[in-house]
Amino acid sequence: MNLVELETIVRRIRSRLVEMSHKARASHLGSSLSCVDILVAAYWGALTIDPKNPYDPERDRLILSKGHAASALYAVLAYRGFFSPDLLDAYAKPGSCLAEHPSPGCVPGVEVATGSLGHGLSLGMGMALAGRIQGQSFRVFIVMSDGECNEGSVWEAAMLAPAQRLDNIVVIIDFNRWQATGRSCEIMALQPLKQKWEAFGWSTHEIDGHDLKALVESLRNVPDGTGKPVAIVAHTVKGKGISFMEDDNNWHYRIPDADELRRARLELGVL
Amino acid sequence: MRNAFAEELTALASEDERIVLLSGDIGNRMFNDYKSRFLGRFLNCGVAEANMMSMAAGMALCGLRPITYTIASFATIRCLEQIRIDICYHNLPVTIVGVGGGLCYAANGATHHACEDIASLRILPNMTVICPGDAWEVRLALRAAIKHKGPVYIRLGKKGEPVVHEQVPDFAIGKGIIVREGSEVCLFSTGNILPLAIQASEELGKKGISAQVVSLHTVKPIDENLLSEAFSEFSIVVTVEEHSLFGGLGGSVAEWLADHPHQKAGLVRIGTDDKFLHEAGGQDYARLCFGLTPETIAEKTWRAYQASVSSDVT
Repeated sequence: MNLVELETIVRRIRSRLVEMSHKARASHLGSSLSCVDILVAAYWGALTIDPKNPYDPERDRLILSKGHAASALYAVLAYRGFFSPDLLDAYAKPGSCLAEHPSPGCVPGVEVATGSLGHGLSLGMGMALAGRIQGQSFRVFIVMSDGECNEGSVWEAAMLAPAQRLDNIVVIIDFNRWQATGRSCEIMALQPLKQKWEAFGWSTHEIDGHDLKALVESLRNVPDGTGKPVAIVAHTVKGKGISFMEDDNNWHYRIPDADELRRARLELGVL
Repeated sequence: MRNAFAEELTALASEDERIVLLSGDIGNRMFNDYKSRFLGRFLNCGVAEANMMSMAAGMALCGLRPITYTIASFATIRCLEQIRIDICYHNLPVTIVGVGGGLCYAANGATHHACEDIASLRILPNMTVICPGDAWEVRLALRAAIKHKGPVYIRLGKKGEPVVHEQVPDFAIGKGIIVREGSEVCLFSTGNILPLAIQASEELGKKGISAQVVSLHTVKPIDENLLSEAFSEFSIVVTVEEHSLFGGLGGSVAEWLADHPHQKAGLVRIGTDDKFLHEAGGQDYARLCFGLTPETIAEKTWRAYQASVSSDVT
């Protein structure tokens, strides 16, 4: 699939996310919009997966550690063929399998339940170590948020992976510079983020998290030949793709009304 | 108990290649034999219990049977959310082994006491909680845990505990083991305090009271059949544990009793009080501070028994 086609998918998914948030009256839309390119690049461009065989022991695993962006994961999995996009209509409604944070085994393709931050990297390392013990060559991709790096458990995991010489694991940090109530670089001393991961022994790359070509190239290049785990600091914009949501942290919790949904669709060219 | 654990684990690992041992930077020489044979299936996770628990969950999701090992207080409360979400919510076959349950590490201070671990893990859905009473029960509990489909917490003592069972007991998760037969009072003991419960039954014998002793190794799921029998047959049921009076074995039995009122027997709970110990002293001293001695257990039981007999007369 070429980049133009991927960009079309990205726009369709962004539009769907605004609609899902509007219909379900579910928050965290800005967080979901910021990681769409990362997820599309991974699921269409890098992961060794087969939506028809979602439990293949040899498959690559992706963990959305920032579980509050679950709507983005659901939409990506549905459009990638893991389940019918019709299921997205019931997102966050009473009795739906698609809750605001994913539950265990809710739909094919969701590897783990997330929602409490700082768990995904450790879970993924367990998987990566299991792969090594069982002689399998799958890779584990973990998508984290910048605010998530506040959690101590992230740094417990970050210190162990290089000691174990795990090179089949990659962390992608969706660095949109916001967390729930403020700038992620002001609430904690997050910066210099790339150097932090480097200092912990990771092979670290810094890219534009909305550049699909750069994302696909970086994600395909795991293991990257250094023998180290890989960390990708992906610079992103919260609320990406919709002008009146971009870099406005009100959209961490705000829910679009009917007019905002219409304007968002118009901007994305998806009606 | 811990040496029995290490030996049994090594034997099990040769039978089941899914077994992986994760250590929280303890048990250095204890696992030498294991490591010499299964180095690829040993991981020192460092002093990072939260990461260890989540990693164990990740391994279990890939078909392995991880066993985590560290000091009971750090293996439970320190990383309770990782256990709750990553292990219990996913209902994964992870065996969490806590060494030094109760007051085994008394000399290290209250930071190392584990008198809230049973309560903390018992409330988690899908979790099974086992507190073996001697080395035999440790071995059998570990074997049962590996076969179990969900998470299990095994609470060990430390080392040098007397072996209670003269022969290999019948062991099943959720089924108490009668250690001494008796007819008037019934002592339910869980975990490493079992030898004291037996001594207490001997003290009671000297006072002319026939005491049954049961190793109720599984606190969750509780052996409801055995509770039902005991509360209908005996005059007094006593719970004995090296754990808080809140939420452990005594708490569990009290909850059962609230749901099954109008029993013949009254309940006496013996455990640690709702306080931290601040002073120095080993396990024997700490037990003395909390009234966890055979004499005190016997005394409290005797008093409750006398009260029940006199109320029967009136």
